[in-house]
This record gives sequence, C-alpha cells and structure tokens, in this order.
Amino acid sequence: MARSKSAALDRKKLLGDPVMMGMIIVLLIFLVLFIVYPLFVLLIDSIYNEGGFTLHVFSKVLSMQRFRTAFSNTIVLGLITGVLSTIIGLLFAYVDVYVKMRIKAVGKLFNIVSLLPVVSPPFVLSLSTIMLFGRSGIITRSLLHIYDSDVYGLKGIVVVQTLTFFPVCYLMLKGLLKNIDPSLEEAARDIGASRWRVFTTVTLPLLLPGLGNAFLVTFIESVADFANPMLIGGNYDTLATTIYLQVTGSYDSTGAAAMSVILLSMTLILFFIQKYYLERKTAATLTGKASRARMLIEDKSVTVPLTLFCSLVALFVIIMYVMIPFGALFKLWGRDYSLSMKWFDYLFKYSGFKAFKDSFLLSIIAAPITALLSMIISYLVVKKKFKSKAFIEFVSMLAMAVPGTVLGIGYIRGYANGIFHSGILSGLYGTGLILIIVFIIRSLPVGTRSGISALRQIDKSIEESAYDLGAGSGKVFMTITLPLIKDSFFSGLVTSFVRSITAISAIILLVTPQFLLITCQINEFAEKGYYGVACAYATILIMIVYASVLLMNLFIRFFGTSKKIKGEN
Amino acid sequence: MLAESKGIRLEHISKIYQDPKTGKDFRAVDDANIVIKPGSFVTLLGPSGCGKTTTLRMIAGFESPDEGEIFLGDKAINELTPNKRDTAMVFQSYALFPHYNVFDNVAYGLKLRKLSKEEIHEKVMEILDLVELTGMESRMTNQLSGGQQQRVALARALVVEPSVLLFDEPLSNLDAKLRVSMRTEIRNIQQRVGITAVYVTHDQSEAMALSDQIIIMHKGVVAQVGTPQEIYYHPVNEFVADFIGEANFLKGKLVSKKDNNENDGIMDINGCMVEVTEIRTRKVGDMGTLVLRPESATLAEEGQLKCRVIVSCFMGAYQNYHVMVGDTLVKITDFNPKHKKIYQVNETAYVNFAPCDVHVL
Repeated sequence: MARSKSAALDRKKLLGDPVMMGMIIVLLIFLVLFIVYPLFVLLIDSIYNEGGFTLHVFSKVLSMQRFRTAFSNTIVLGLITGVLSTIIGLLFAYVDVYVKMRIKAVGKLFNIVSLLPVVSPPFVLSLSTIMLFGRSGIITRSLLHIYDSDVYGLKGIVVVQTLTFFPVCYLMLKGLLKNIDPSLEEAARDIGASRWRVFTTVTLPLLLPGLGNAFLVTFIESVADFANPMLIGGNYDTLATTIYLQVTGSYDSTGAAAMSVILLSMTLILFFIQKYYLERKTAATLTGKASRARMLIEDKSVTVPLTLFCSLVALFVIIMYVMIPFGALFKLWGRDYSLSMKWFDYLFKYSGFKAFKDSFLLSIIAAPITALLSMIISYLVVKKKFKSKAFIEFVSMLAMAVPGTVLGIGYIRGYANGIFHSGILSGLYGTGLILIIVFIIRSLPVGTRSGISALRQIDKSIEESAYDLGAGSGKVFMTITLPLIKDSFFSGLVTSFVRSITAISAIILLVTPQFLLITCQINEFAEKGYYGVACAYATILIMIVYASVLLMNLFIRFFGTSKKIKGEN
Repeated sequence: MLAESKGIRLEHISKIYQDPKTGKDFRAVDDANIVIKPGSFVTLLGPSGCGKTTTLRMIAGFESPDEGEIFLGDKAINELTPNKRDTAMVFQSYALFPHYNVFDNVAYGLKLRKLSKEEIHEKVMEILDLVELTGMESRMTNQLSGGQQQRVALARALVVEPSVLLFDEPLSNLDAKLRVSMRTEIRNIQQRVGITAVYVTHDQSEAMALSDQIIIMHKGVVAQVGTPQEIYYHPVNEFVADFIGEANFLKGKLVSKKDNNENDGIMDINGCMVEVTEIRTRKVGDMGTLVLRPESATLAEEGQLKCRVIVSCFMGAYQNYHVMVGDTLVKITDFNPKHKKIYQVNETAYVNFAPCDVHVL
C-alpha cells in the first residue's frame, strides 16, 4: 500500500532513536511478564491438564457448592453496594452542585469525604464497624446493651463497602453534573415543569450513562475487594476470599486458578462495558462546559433534608475513622475504656518495627519506579506513534480491571516454578522483588491515568520544538516533559506509595515469612480478635499515609511547576 | 552572524492519510515538486486543509512522506529524525518552554550542542539583541507579550544557526497591528542573517509582504509557484486568481487575432467585443475566461462591456459597485470617486479597463 512508505520511514526513525526503542522494549517485556503472562497462565492452568485441553477443572469448580455460593454472594454484594454507592454518591454530588449550602462546615465535611478514599487503608472501615456495632461494639453493647449483635456477613460488608466506595461515585458524578448546561434545566422550568419533574425528565436522563458508569466502577471494586469481606464477611464468602481460602486452606491452586479465571472474566467484561461503551456515551451526552453559573436551590424543603442526610453520612464516616486511634488507646474495647499505651507497647515488642520497616522499605522502592513507569507509559501513549502503542495502553489499563487476588494467584502459578515451570526466574518467587513488582503493577493504572490527563494538557508543539532543536527523545522527556508534569509525577509518586503500603489482596498470597507487612499484620490481629493491636497498626498506618499526602501538598506548593510558572507574576 | 543556508528540494512528495470514518486513503499532499533556493524566503500559501502545514512538517521531519524524497542541500533527509535535521521551526503557538526563562529558552538548543558556558552566553545575548529583547533574559515566558514571545521563539530557532528556518503560521495568534509590524521584522531579520526560510500561512497579504516566492497549494496539489507579482498578475487558474486578491471571471470566445501580432486579439464577451492580450497559445474560436481585478475596472458612459448596476456603495477611498454583465456578477472598486460620476442602482453603464490589465485563462 501507498501508506507503507511513511510507516517504514517512521519505523526507521524510531530505530534511529535508541532511547525510545529501548524504553518501549523494556516496557513491553515488563508488561508481558507481569500482567499478561500471569493471567495467561491462569487460563492455561484451568483448561490444560495432563497433556490435553479439558474443561474438567471448570466443571469440578462449577459443581462445588462453595463456589456456587461464593459466586452468587459476590454478585448480590456487588449489586447492592453498586446501587447504594451510586445513590449516595449522586445525593452528595447533587447537594454539592445544585444546593446552596448555608453552613461552611458542611462544605468542609464534603471535602474531607471526597479525600478519604485516597488516604484510607482498605480495612479501616471494617475495623471500626466491628468496634461500633460488633459484639463488644460501643453502640451495640455499651449504649444499647445488645450482647449478641452480629455485624458479620452481607450487611456488614455492604455498609463498609458502600461507605468506602461512594466517595468515588460522588467525585465522578460531581464532574458530570457540573457539565450539564443550567439553561437546559431552566428552559424546562420556564415551560412549567416542577423541580422534581425537571430532575426526572432532564437531569436524570442526561446523567444516566454516568450513573451506569459509577455503578459499574463500584461493582468492579466491590467484587474485587478482598480485605473487607475477609474481616467482616463472617461466613459470607465472596469469590475473592474463596479463591484465597482455596489456596491457603485447601491447597488447591488449580481450582483457585479456574475460579480466578471466572472472577477475572466477570470484571473484565464489566470493565470493557464501562470503558468503551458507557464512558463514550457519557462524553457524548455531556459535552463541553456549562455556559454560565447555576442558580442554586434555596428552597428549604429541598435543601434541609438533603444537606442533613449528606452531613450525617459524612459525619458517620468521619467518626468511623476517629474510632481507630481510640481503639488503639482504650485498654479493652467494649469493657474497659481507660486510656493506655499497652497496645502500642505490645505492637513494638512483637515485631512491629520490622513490619513498619518492611512495608515502608518495599513501598518506598516501588513508588518511584511506578511513578516513572507510569509517566513513561503516558508519554508514549499521548505523544508518540508506534506499532505496539495500542497494546501498551491496553495492558496498562487492563491492570485496573484485574482483582488483586487474581493477580496473586497468577503470580503463584506463574512464578513458583519459574516461567512455564521451566525454572527460569524461579528465584523471583518469595523474594521482596516480586512484592515490589506487585506493588508497581497494582498502582500503575492510577498513575498512568493521571499522567495521561496531565500530558494531554501540554501543547504538542512544545516538545516538538525541543525535538526540532536537536534533543533526542530521552532528552526531551527529561528536560521538557517531566519538568512540566512534575506535579502529576509527584502526586503519582505519593499515590503509589500510599497504595503500596496499604495494599493487601495480591500481597497476602505472595508474602513469605521473611517479610512482615503492616496490612497483613492488621488482618492477622483482627482475625484473631486483637482489635487493639490491629487499631494500633492502623493508626500508625493512617498517620504515615496522611503525612505523605501532606508532604506531597507541601512539595507541590513550594517546588511545583505551576508555582514556578504562575508564581512569579 | 551568517548561517550557512541551504536550499530545499521536494521531489514527488506525497503524504497519504487514512480517513478515520470511511477508511479511505486521502492524499493530504499530492506529488509536490518544490525547489527552494538557498537564502530565499518562500511562503506556502493556501486555505486550511490544503496540505501546506503537512508539507512543512515533512520538511521538519515530524511527518514522513509516503512517496518521494526531500533534500536539504544535496542530502536526502527522509530517514533523519527532526533532531538530526538542520532545520529550526517557529511554531504557531510559539511553543516556548514555560518552565524556563527567556535566556534558558534561547540557550536550550545551544546546550544540546555542548557549547561552553561563555559561548552560550555570548550567542544568546547577541541573538536577543537582534530580536530586540535585551534586558528580558530573566523574565519567565508568561510575563511577555505575544509579540515578545514570538521574538523569543524566533531567537530560539535562529540561535542554533540552522540551514533552514521553518515558520508555521507564527503570527496568527497576534492582533492585526502587531502582525503587520512583526512580519516586517521577520523579513528584516531573515534578510540580515541570509537564511533560507519556509513560511506557512493562509493570509495572502502576509505572503505578499514576506516572500521572494509564493507556493500556492490547493487540495494537496501545488497550484502555482512564483513571485508575488507573477501570481497576482498571471494566475494559472481561477482558484489562484480568486485566492490571491479578488477577481471577476468573464467567459467568452476568441473571435480574431491581430494580423501582425499573435499575442493580441478580440474576445466576444456577452456580445461585446473586448480587446485582450497574452493569447499567443490560443486559437481563434477558443473559449476563454477573462480575469478582471475589481481595482482595474471603472464605470463610464461608454466603453467595453455594457452592464446594469445592482449595488452602488460609497466606501470613502472608492465607490463599490456590483454590476451585471449579462448573467455574470462583476465587482468594481472605482478609486477616487470624488469627482467622478456616481452610478445608481438600475442605471446602465459600461465597464472599462485597459487590455494590459486583464489576463485570459
């Protein structure tokens, strides 16, 4: 074809640029080895048996009562959490965008709630729910004198997951609501529609794809969630926990592989619907910016109940976080509410230091690598043309849809005996390096996404002019691109550190006794019912996370690019 | 400072894109043959989507051609990446590095060339003096006005002493007044440095003011190459005639040639016999189109083409007429109307022009 010549020339130019070429090759190898290969192994494992392809493993798994229950449990949980989170998220977003808030503190509350998902370790809410409503819960036992309260099971997970995930829906929907042109609604009002009618006939239909999007994102998160069902699920097993127990309890990793394939297909299908259908539809119905400011609703019959409801939810979430340090400071939760440092003493007497050291060290190694990798990926995706680009973009986004547990099983099956049982790279398994790699893979999609949006804002010709003046790709990236996206790079650094130090789902399957990780410790102590120690760990973890976020904001304020570009005016 | 400027040669250059909707191939640039002499100022002019920017970006190396070969001097450069090509581009959006100050922006290319600190300082100061930005070295780029930013962009491209300077609509973000003064400045600096310059624009007056040669592009094809005068007075087709300046087109038939002069003759336009010139290549009986510039024509009581006035509007410097010659609308700008007869709507008049002021297509 005629166009092949320019393609050939582009390829030659690429080859003439060794830094770019090297970068792409390293990336490809990394992504294939640590995302594609482990997932591929799971598929092979579950259909290839003793020299032939069979669906034997699947039929065995499908006939397992435990699997069937877990499967339907997972779906039920995902549906309920998805719907509840979307509704609460929508209410928050609506109040934020449409309602005039009289009290400043309410706005503050909303801010805090929207920040929490970023800084919250995954099981904090489970812990505090148990401490509030459990058998020795402060509300159930001490206030209401219910001695046989049972928070475990579906209701517990639903409460915890909803409170964990609704802020994500809130932020997504807030962005969409802001983009609805107020004149559309005013036009409807003007013709004589009531406020409720406007909401149901104009606002809601416009928002529908966005709501679907929010629902699916929460559904995927809920289905993939491991920590909360583990802590507060009781007998209510989900796929994620069943897979874990299948490996650690029944030592049946082939069965676990087959279950993982099923869980993975579920999240992948939903992810693709969300990514390639709903996201596009949302963009199509809500384009552009609102033409002017919205007239905020001041009608008290609307504002008071809505604001009140949202404030109560927000307050409740905040109280749950406050429970954690108290849980660590009270002598014996539910019985003796006198302050003491005994749990902290206990923690540091028994390997607490090692847990913090290990978690901290592994995360701090993973963070810069993740941040740099995600910047490189987003740079290539946004600014460059080459053959494998679509593949790189696809795989790094794919990682977002892979539940941690599935990835963990994939690594066990894929690396315990080396690649394809050949012994190659078998040295990797059980080391700190594989944990670091898991951290990187788990945070990569988030960093890449923020990198891509940061890069899209840089005028293409700025880099072209550097290229034109004689800088090679590596030089352009280091001297122009990276400094311009320094803020995004740094927040990516901190985000991946935070995600790593709070990660549990994939890690818990891969960690060996030589490493103690904070999250695994919390899980272990909470399982045994030592809530005081678990809270002490969680308290310190929250402090570390909060400190890193503060550090990030400080850094961006004082050394960020935007400061340099805008500040000297 | 005198850069060693080189010429550029494009031989049968085509660039083919795929239309994302239909999947069909689309020739953005179609078999372009262009020769640019060393040290000359050449403008690629055409409406948006004509392939001019694509052509420029192929010279810079940002796009690769699908057919043909590009030469810089005598060297084929198809396979060179932009950073290995001896060209420097000034972008429409200036593309200044927002995290560097003026000095560091200009010094960027020099640092890549591993010059000593003293040399860099000397060259940067010299070039800043040339673009009249002395004293602005430590400003951040967003503290500069549009014109100043454009000068920084120009200095940054000039300071690396490229063989060719490329401009991608560099003035389109400036206001009208600044655009006029900046284009004079660009032309002056180019003359002083003696560098080859290729300039992309859709603004014909910019092209006129700047260029030694104008290359008119239309739908990916080079329509005409020539000096501003050649293109204005001798357009090769209706598109060029209409794109550069304004033009009236009158269809007619060549009825006779002068006995002793193959170049002059008479055309029948709507029943009126009109003297024309430059018809050496045509035969009696051929159809032709007369290109008449509005400023070359006046209205009078008698003359070459009978017409009816449909618009008559006083514009100060000229009287603006729209008249009908048969079914053809003709626009006339009659300059200095103060002491002339002004024709009103529906009056009958005659269009007059000198045979040497019209051009036959």
